[in-house]
Amino acid sequence: MRNLVFPLIALVAAFLVGGVIVAVIGDDPIETYRLLIGSALSWPDGIGYTLFYATPFIFTGLAVAVGFRCGLLNIGAEGQLTIAAFATACAGISLANVSPWLAIPITCFVAVLSGAVWGMIPGVLKARFGSHEVINTIMMNFIAVGLASALTQTYFKAQGDAILETKPIAVAAHIPRLGQILPGLPARIPVNAAFFVALLVSVLVYVFLWRTKWGYEIRATGINPDAAAYGGISVRRQIVFAMTVSGGLAGMVAINEVLGYRYRYYHGFSAQYGFTGIAVALLGRNHPAGVLLAAVFFGALTRGSLFVDIFTEKVSKDLVFILQGLVILFVAAESLFRRQFERWRETERYKKHG
Amino acid sequence: MLELRNITKRFGNVLANDRVNIAIKSGTIHAIVGENGAGKSTAMRIAYGFYRPDGGDILVAGEPREIHSPHDAIALGIGMVHQHFMLVDTMTVVENIILGAEPGSVASVDFRSAEKRIDALSKELRFPLDPRAMIESLSVGQQQRVELMKVLYRDARILILDEPTAVLTPQEVNDLFQTLRQMKEQGKTVIIITHKLDEVLALSDEVTVMRDGRVVGHRDTASTNAAELARLMVGRDVLLRVQKTAAKPGRAVLTTKNLSVTTRDGGRRVDGVSIEVRAGEIVGVAGVEGNGQTELIEALAGLVEHAEAAGEIRLDGQNVMPLSARHRKEMGVGHVPEDRHRRGLLLDSSLAENSILGVHYRQPAVARPGGVLLNKNGIRSRAQEVIQKFDVRPPDAELPARALSGGNQQKLIIGREFELPPTVLLVSQPTRGVDIGAIEFIHRKLVELRDAGCAVLLVSAELEEVTALADRLIVMYQGRIVGEVDPTRASKEEIGLLMTGGSR
Repeated sequence: MRNLVFPLIALVAAFLVGGVIVAVIGDDPIETYRLLIGSALSWPDGIGYTLFYATPFIFTGLAVAVGFRCGLLNIGAEGQLTIAAFATACAGISLANVSPWLAIPITCFVAVLSGAVWGMIPGVLKARFGSHEVINTIMMNFIAVGLASALTQTYFKAQGDAILETKPIAVAAHIPRLGQILPGLPARIPVNAAFFVALLVSVLVYVFLWRTKWGYEIRATGINPDAAAYGGISVRRQIVFAMTVSGGLAGMVAINEVLGYRYRYYHGFSAQYGFTGIAVALLGRNHPAGVLLAAVFFGALTRGSLFVDIFTEKVSKDLVFILQGLVILFVAAESLFRRQFERWRETERYKKHG
Repeated sequence: MLELRNITKRFGNVLANDRVNIAIKSGTIHAIVGENGAGKSTAMRIAYGFYRPDGGDILVAGEPREIHSPHDAIALGIGMVHQHFMLVDTMTVVENIILGAEPGSVASVDFRSAEKRIDALSKELRFPLDPRAMIESLSVGQQQRVELMKVLYRDARILILDEPTAVLTPQEVNDLFQTLRQMKEQGKTVIIITHKLDEVLALSDEVTVMRDGRVVGHRDTASTNAAELARLMVGRDVLLRVQKTAAKPGRAVLTTKNLSVTTRDGGRRVDGVSIEVRAGEIVGVAGVEGNGQTELIEALAGLVEHAEAAGEIRLDGQNVMPLSARHRKEMGVGHVPEDRHRRGLLLDSSLAENSILGVHYRQPAVARPGGVLLNKNGIRSRAQEVIQKFDVRPPDAELPARALSGGNQQKLIIGREFELPPTVLLVSQPTRGVDIGAIEFIHRKLVELRDAGCAVLLVSAELEEVTALADRLIVMYQGRIVGEVDPTRASKEEIGLLMTGGSR
């Protein structure tokens, strides 16, 4: 229960401060928020797009959360999903004459595998040489984007294409849009089967972290590496393992982007999904259920920002970035407050039981 | 003279102090004893202005005073040294001492006059303290002196020390006691909060005993004894001596030959140690802390890097040197680590999750051998077993380990390791920071385990404890074994001499 209350307080606080900012800029805060929320929750377009935007945030939020649970800060989801999208596109292009029953599993597997490898590298570097994962994942982000663009430019571009993007993938590897399945939802809205994959993966991540011995080892390492080592857990192996899983989760963004939306690798497709994932994990308390809620919230903000941009006089869509920043600030401040609160509760309990 | 009259303090629905009356005479050393949670620290924190009492009065020199904050307390000449030091590591001694009370003007701090005062104070008390030394370069005992000096520098006449010996070696304890006696001679009043009875008897003039938030007794130290104080503290008769029969040692279970641990910086922490621990005996390791005992136990448990350890460790004849900590645990090596917060527990995890640490990958934590999914019922029943057999309180498997008192955390760890079940148990400082009641319980359990045929290697900084429990006693000094004595015959002085590098 408290897990829900504290982030909600942070959200409300962020919106209050955001409202003041809107008022200072010279627009009506209530009208602006009505636009923001109304456009994000309208049926079918608002909800459809909100869930579409939420999908990559779920994957990257889960990726960052798994890292956090092992005591690692994976800043590299951005690079992992970039490499994964590129690799998935390559696989999709080469699977021209294959049935969808084969093409989709293979491309999905490539998405996970390539992200996992990209995440594993900084994990290995940390485990072997002790170099910090934050630095290495940031560097890996640059390498990923550079590598994907260079290879696209040289080998995978369609002839005469002026845009930095690969050729389209085989139709067999397309995954259906939800509009093709759900009645009442137009197929033009790009939310696709990857959203269901994201829901399923959230459940799996929960089971993995809390119901398996592997998850136990990851969490023990994150809580207290010395105690984990004492319990016969190889901390180094856990670091590599957690980074690999984290990278794999980030890689799944490619399922949404390449198999479900653009059907190709498109340079600069990621609107900071990897970095927003950090905020999502933070707001979601590194728990899959929380990540899911936080991702939908951030998806709604993204959707609403377009309307705020267009239909208000002065406020631009940057308001949403301000709100995101404020949420993170308040969540961080809240954890300070929460720590105090919990310390107090503990003393109470301690005194009760002596 | 400091007096607490009818002090009452409530935390939520818990009565931490219930009409507490304590009168402390000027120029005496007054001990306040009680188990963890008895309310002794609360009472003293009220006197120091940390908490506001819900009722009652504080009298300083016979006059009722309102103490709203530590600032008020200091103005009245009351100072407190906390159990956990509040020092800035990267600053010098003098900088730490004057922090918040800097002499000189706004623009420049008059370090010279501060240093002079500190020098004078340390001469008076006859403890050497270099004002320009960095805190991080000081030993724990020296850091405590800085804390003391901080209080004295502010002209405190009444000093409150909260569990001052918990972090000190026996030598440092002696030094501290010397200093405190010196302070008493200069007319200062010392209040020491503790639960160690030998310290109370050795140091104090008067003693107040608390239990469950109430004062249950007040004695002149000269007219009481450990048994009476223990009874008052716990509320029942307590066995202060360990009861055990002669050991019946069997086969050698754990043997080391020329075991050495060399850290990366080249320090040789364990130096050519050859020991043998047989089934059914407790081998005690005595020594001043920091003489390689920690590294010896960690090396045996498989917790030092392979590159750092050399020599031979055999378990039932098999060389386990290349084996991991997990592998050794599977062979029956139980380990109760010296630092339960750093090594022994996942403080933020539940008792249930802590009860399977190290065996989380096998039954009953997983449903079948080699299984991946954790078995909730299996884990819960394991936790219940540990909680019941080892009287862990409160008996709630879902509580985080952090919420338990030190004694109960320790019982949880010991219970977990007993469930292995171990053929060898490595135990370090089993009763550090643990209440008397729990100490008695832990000692009894260790003897039971021995009698069941386990080989026990026990390291403790408490000489009393190792001599009472051990069937054989070896002494470590600078990483080496410098002697083996019969704990029933050797005198404290003899062992003490070995511990500090002297020979018999």
